[in-house]
Amino acid sequence: MSEEFKVEIVNPEKSFLSEENVTEVIIPAFEGEMGILKDHISIISFLKPGIIKVYSKSEEKKYFVEDGIVEFKDNNLSILTSSIFKISDLDRNKIDQIVKDAEKETAVDNIDDQKKYLIDQKIEVLKNLNLN
Amino acid sequence: MASLDDLKKRISSVKSTQKITKAMKMVAAAKLRKAQENAEKGRPYSKKMNNIILNLSSGISDKENAPKLLSGTGEDKTHLCVVMTSDRGLCGGFNTNITKKAKQYFQKILKENKVLKIITVGSKGYDQLKRQYKENIVEKISFKDSKNINYFDADKVGKIIIDRFEKKEFDVCTIFYNQFKNVITQIPQEQQIIPLKTNEEKETNSDSSYEFEPEEDEILSNLLPKNISTQIFKAMLENSASEQGSRMSAMDNATRNAGEMVDKLTIQYNRSRQAAITKELIEIISGAESL
Repeated sequence: MSEEFKVEIVNPEKSFLSEENVTEVIIPAFEGEMGILKDHISIISFLKPGIIKVYSKSEEKKYFVEDGIVEFKDNNLSILTSSIFKISDLDRNKIDQIVKDAEKETAVDNIDDQKKYLIDQKIEVLKNLNLN
Repeated sequence: MASLDDLKKRISSVKSTQKITKAMKMVAAAKLRKAQENAEKGRPYSKKMNNIILNLSSGISDKENAPKLLSGTGEDKTHLCVVMTSDRGLCGGFNTNITKKAKQYFQKILKENKVLKIITVGSKGYDQLKRQYKENIVEKISFKDSKNINYFDADKVGKIIIDRFEKKEFDVCTIFYNQFKNVITQIPQEQQIIPLKTNEEKETNSDSSYEFEPEEDEILSNLLPKNISTQIFKAMLENSASEQGSRMSAMDNATRNAGEMVDKLTIQYNRSRQAAITKELIEIISGAESL
């Protein structure tokens, strides 16, 4: 039996990615990274800033997301997100720009903890990305 | 009767109007294709979002403590209406249809002695509503500067709405927009977004055996604000497709009417030219005969 399932990533403007035959997807869920294989239990969760890794037999794709919701049901994985970038499309300048914007956001005084946490996460992920 | 010279001037002016409307039609047609594509691309997101929320809300155990955005404030006193129109005119009945629909709703609300608040998105809607409902309009938003519709703008509107909701400024929120069906038909829609109506037919009768991480209500309270922005965004996309479609058919009509008018004026021009010639001939002949 095949080990493959379907993944779909949608952002408000369009369907970002739709693949029928992925073997594993790793998502940065809110309470920690989560790997999803075929026949995973139905789950709804949301994302924190991080890297989505999509594995199929032949290749591996990486995406950077800032937020989103994940639904897995009947071997269909749907990821709804408002900001997603393919990592191979990002270059150092762009990353620096996003980090700078994020740092500006944390500099505001009356920021609530959760927001700060999320932005810190984002910065950390991006900075680590730089090393690759 | 108009003189020959006047007729000539009118013909040329109608012709140049026709050129303009024709050009506008072409532009609208090109934009329509893009807008339509965008609207179609945007649909899966809002549909999926809706599905997830339906699944979540049916799975929520404690209805009493459900987030306010879902269940409402428990009151029905103040209504907020978000009227979404275009920023540009010359698009047929597009804006009028929305405001007409909205005005019906306003009247119903005012008759029931409830408080009415209006937010207009797009300057044309504001222009049409300010005469009658000036004191009800609490905010006007316009995205004249942004060239394309983007989620960022929709999110801004969504945040404004949620902000006002959290300040307890209203109980029920309804948005008005045109749904794009095809080039000639756009259906004005009213859609209630707060509290969220969950009695829509469910797509799948899932037994909602979902696992949630974190808890349902936490996910819901994160998701609902996003859903509002998403619904606004959807409305904006539908609106822009409708606007272009409506403009296209309006300009098509205008071009055709201008053509008819040119034909009619040309016939009139030729007739009076002929009449003048005949008159002159008669004068010459009768002059010659009298000699």
